[in-house]
Amino acid sequence: MFSAFKKRGAFLALLFSFALVAAACAEDEPAATSTAAPATTAAAPTTAAPTTAAPTTAAPTTLPPPAPGREVAACQVSDTGGIDDASFNASAWAGAQRAEAELEGVSIAFLESTDAADYRPNIDAFIAEGCDVILTIGFLLANDTAAAAADNPNQLFAIVDQSPGPFPPWADADGNMLSDYANLRGLTFQTDEAAFLAGYMAAGASETGVVGTFGGLPIPPVTIFMDGFVRGVDYYNTVKDASVVALGYDVESGEGQFTNNFDSLDDGRSFAETLVNNGADIVLPVAGPVGLGSAALCQDTGACLIVGVDADWNATAAEFSDVILTSILKNIDISIFNTINNVLVLESLGNPFNGTLANGGVGLAALQDNADRVSSELAQEVADLNDAIVAAGSLAEFLASMADA
Amino acid sequence: MTEPQLPPETPAEDNESAEPESRWTAFMNDLTGVNVDWRSALLVPVLAIIAALAVSVVIIVVSDIELWREFSLSALGDAIGQAGSAMWALFTGSFGSLAAVSSTLAFSAPLILAGLSVAIGFKAGLFNIGAEGQMLMGGMAAVALGITIDIPVFLNVPLAVIGAMIGGGIWGGIAGLLRARTGAHEVITTIMLNSIAGLAVIWMLSTDFFQPEGRQDPVSEDIAVSARLPRLLGFLDRNDLRVHFGIVVALLAAYAIYWVLFKSTIGFEFRAVGFNPDAAHYAGMKVTWLYVSVMGLAGGLAGIAGMTQINGLLYRASPGFAAGIGFDAISLALLGRSHPAGVVAAGFLFGALRAGGLDMQVATDVPIDLIGVIQALVVVFIAAPALIRAIFRVKTGEEIGQLTTGWGT
Repeated sequence: MFSAFKKRGAFLALLFSFALVAAACAEDEPAATSTAAPATTAAAPTTAAPTTAAPTTAAPTTLPPPAPGREVAACQVSDTGGIDDASFNASAWAGAQRAEAELEGVSIAFLESTDAADYRPNIDAFIAEGCDVILTIGFLLANDTAAAAADNPNQLFAIVDQSPGPFPPWADADGNMLSDYANLRGLTFQTDEAAFLAGYMAAGASETGVVGTFGGLPIPPVTIFMDGFVRGVDYYNTVKDASVVALGYDVESGEGQFTNNFDSLDDGRSFAETLVNNGADIVLPVAGPVGLGSAALCQDTGACLIVGVDADWNATAAEFSDVILTSILKNIDISIFNTINNVLVLESLGNPFNGTLANGGVGLAALQDNADRVSSELAQEVADLNDAIVAAGSLAEFLASMADA
Repeated sequence: MTEPQLPPETPAEDNESAEPESRWTAFMNDLTGVNVDWRSALLVPVLAIIAALAVSVVIIVVSDIELWREFSLSALGDAIGQAGSAMWALFTGSFGSLAAVSSTLAFSAPLILAGLSVAIGFKAGLFNIGAEGQMLMGGMAAVALGITIDIPVFLNVPLAVIGAMIGGGIWGGIAGLLRARTGAHEVITTIMLNSIAGLAVIWMLSTDFFQPEGRQDPVSEDIAVSARLPRLLGFLDRNDLRVHFGIVVALLAAYAIYWVLFKSTIGFEFRAVGFNPDAAHYAGMKVTWLYVSVMGLAGGLAGIAGMTQINGLLYRASPGFAAGIGFDAISLALLGRSHPAGVVAAGFLFGALRAGGLDMQVATDVPIDLIGVIQALVVVFIAAPALIRAIFRVKTGEEIGQLTTGWGT
């Protein structure tokens, strides 16, 4: 067969043209992740990173060194956004890459899911491979993660955006837990705290007096962004006696604009266009890579600015930095790094992780190209608001204390 | 509508007279009842698979980034070694252990059913691109039954199969009816019906009927345990053996379709319409009704494929649970030359590639996207037997017949 190859020069050329196309495609991928990786790591406020991020317990602030020769294989299952989505999965992967680089004995691997039917096979493939901890990225994997964790009580898991509780998929309809889930760590984020700051800043920076948001799916980890953002706008109106309108989400009913996917850039463009046509000049797309379509619209028309989500889009989507106001940071990378570190050093998962403004799990990214849209007074007010929420303990308590006052 | 055409599939009588019929051929002919030259029928697909795997090895080697950073003979050796271990992982991940075989079979079940759906369309001269949408509709019918009805498993599973068949069958039948009544080409209508089905699923999953309490996103309640397809290896009490009753359903369906196509009157009429609709009409067959029933049957098969996704693996519906299987089914039907036996073999191959591809990515970091490349290459080589002849210096016997009538015919 291979002797036939040699004689067929023309066919060999065809093969190579196939191969070169494939090579070009394959080279894209590592390039995309490697640009995303240092950027998100740099964007994370590493000084604030807790070593064991359980705010409620007195965990040691410095961990003992790991047992010599101990090795940990950390394996990430991404959702359908893909590992290079410039947001959610990329941020998690950046945390895993940082763990591999900084911690001795850590090896990492990932599997991308192209659809919901892939979640469980991907998890099972990693269980069969002997991974020490399996990191499932996102709320959409909760059903399959819960089932896999109950089926394999000796396999360690961590899941982003869910913490086991007396509700499905962790419990049956009557609230009876299906397992104790001692082998699973929830990694959750009080994203509404940072989104509240972004909403306040956007309301102050808007020139039309209208801002807008839309989401990928009406699930809690998405709506918490929209909820905090709209509450931030409302708070601005209360404090300043202004009337900035926030489109796209209703805090009372929980209804709003949703693309129903996390991958269509066309949807990102058309949803943003609708908001802009209704007067919005600042848009918060909470749908991972879908928001890049919105950013492209803003860049083409010059009619809007974007508030990025999950990672600092000035770094992960630098080609759009001229239309990015700020980004709501959800430092999944910190929680992932922390989880891998715990498994390596403590040989256990540690307490549930809940990222807040106080522990650096969430935050606002630094202003860059559009810093001139935010006056120094506004920036100061946002910083004061940050301190006030940290002092109050949570956004809910802060709002309650403001309502009392 | 068109000028009469020659039958696209001529049984290989010429070949038979040229070569004495081997025992193998005789055995296969007895087994299947179809009189074809099995050596030439199998030669092109097998060589196409070998060629596709060979090209993908070259792709793995050439796309090795380390090789391009600094070219050396040892780097080339590493790259070739990696390609070798990727192929080995592809094999062990699909056939290397009980869990691997189980995974292969679990992936194969919906592929075979959807492949049969496309194949029966090809046999009747219809190009069913709509298996994806028909899977969604069949699966949704199964979910609707599964969340409302809880009767013993030996009744509930057949009910799910019938419900899914009706759900998918109606969706396929719409395209058949449009073709028969208005002449709207099924390629167009089935593609459009895919989009409609995809959005309809999102809408349905947002209604109170399907949505579980406390959820706002499009996802359904879990189906009743009695509606789940039983795990075939459940008695081993291992949760990594996913193979379920769906593979049995798929094989039974393959035999049933074989019987319908080659042993029944209606199957003869299907094939007659595929050969030449005008001649079939002239012979007194109701072509209009045949189009509807072929598309209805094709939709029903795809609907069962959707049901195996829901009742066999996921136990609940979320958007896109058809997972692109309806599109893989088109290449699969081409590879299987639209024969039920060929579709089963091709379904096992694609299922093995899916199962092995996972292990390949985990073990060697070769992305699972390569599986799509292999599948595409197989189809390219199948569609261009001249290429196979040139590479392997063999006679491939009969060209594959025309599989479907073209545009506007």
